[in-house]
Amino acid sequence: MDDATLRKTPLHAEHERLGAKLVPFAGFHMPVRYEGVVAEHHAVRQRAGIFDVSHMGELLLEGDRALDAINTLITNDIFKLVDGQALYTVCCNAQGTILDDLIVYRLSATKVLVVCNASNVAKISKHIGERVSGICDFRDLSDETALLALQGPMAEATLRGAGAGALADLKFFHAGEGEVAGYACRVGRTGYTGEDGFEIFCANEDAPGIFRALLESGDGYNVVPVGLGARDTLRLEAKLSLYGNDIDETTNPIEAGLSWVVKLDAGDFIGRDALVAIKEQGLKRKLVGFEMTGRGIARHGYPVLYEGEEVGVVTSGSPAPTLDKNIGLAYVPKKIAKIGKEIDIQVRRKVVRAKIVKTPFYRRQKP
Amino acid sequence: MAHYPSDLRYTKDHEWARLEGDIVVVGVTAFAVSELGDIAHVELPEPGTEVDAETAFGDIESVKTASELFAPVSGEITEINEDLADQPELVNDSPYGEGWLVKIKVSDSSEVDKLMDAGAYEGFLGNV
Repeated sequence: MDDATLRKTPLHAEHERLGAKLVPFAGFHMPVRYEGVVAEHHAVRQRAGIFDVSHMGELLLEGDRALDAINTLITNDIFKLVDGQALYTVCCNAQGTILDDLIVYRLSATKVLVVCNASNVAKISKHIGERVSGICDFRDLSDETALLALQGPMAEATLRGAGAGALADLKFFHAGEGEVAGYACRVGRTGYTGEDGFEIFCANEDAPGIFRALLESGDGYNVVPVGLGARDTLRLEAKLSLYGNDIDETTNPIEAGLSWVVKLDAGDFIGRDALVAIKEQGLKRKLVGFEMTGRGIARHGYPVLYEGEEVGVVTSGSPAPTLDKNIGLAYVPKKIAKIGKEIDIQVRRKVVRAKIVKTPFYRRQKP
Repeated sequence: MAHYPSDLRYTKDHEWARLEGDIVVVGVTAFAVSELGDIAHVELPEPGTEVDAETAFGDIESVKTASELFAPVSGEITEINEDLADQPELVNDSPYGEGWLVKIKVSDSSEVDKLMDAGAYEGFLGNV
């Protein structure tokens, strides 16, 4: 895709002003880095960072049966939530493999907000829209909604300083409506970095004002803009799945280590029968975390070897700046998927030793 | 635009070469470094390896991606920069100095003359 056909987020001019390196991602011009991936990664772990994730999708379901409607399309259970609470889930097809991973907000007893991956907006909007038709109202708000993520230990102070009031007091995975810097928005205490933080939904035209207000409020804490490069290293350290890498339509949530979002006792949903059968038959392979013990960086798609034989594939891999190690995720046969097991990664022309380790690789110290 | 040292020769793969007797010191340019971002790993061949001009002899990896390194000239690798194993960031900090990659004993030093000089490289970058 050439530059002319790429879409711009409402913060495009801000990224250019800040000297971001922009790359094509999911059909958008997105900032991959500003100062540098490693510096931005450390900023989020130690202070806070602000991300433009306006490329992501937002879908709204409304009506008396909106909660019932979404619950038949996700593996997790929206009825376990109170109004204003959110959950992480996957959305499966009838084979029990993953169409997308989502954050689903129960805004009220009649209103549901679904946040999906940028690369899947068209697919998921169609999938959900078609299946809830006649049951509840459905609107794809992706094009009119901007999304900012504010992540890191200073996120709360930064949001409070930007005039967010009680929104800065939200509990983890809860959401509320209010104002940030005088602009109407919805804020959820969610994120994709392994740190405390918030995601702020607003109208496209208000995004630059909120973005600048957050940078200004965070200036005293040295809060910085962060690109997709550090977003990826942060989420990998926290072992948060990346759709298209670790999970896709060839993987099921059980082998991906996402059983905790599969509620087989929560009524019927698409993929439930298949997932019951997968559980009964037992897993063939599992997604494991590994760290390189030899010199080399594993990347998506590199073969995994065990005792000289190819047994699996790397789904994500990169340096982990917080840990000062090279880490990754890979699907390997269940009998090998044990902490401490030594495996090899085919790093282009070279075979490099790695070791299966406990995940998440990084877990923040909760105050 | 950045100024590129006039005592170096350059390739379209954004490497530089400096002829010292019959040895060519090789590194990557400031442009390559700014495109790659934080260098996380450099994979270099063993000294003694024969390399051919314009063919891959190693890899340079940023946090995000791995890219191949292409030999600017043909010859034998006589030395690699051992410091990069533990400090790959030297390439970011000092691409023309401490961040050099390999030294190649050239079989035909006229190959160096065929590479771009600083002015030609700056012109080439203007069209990238």
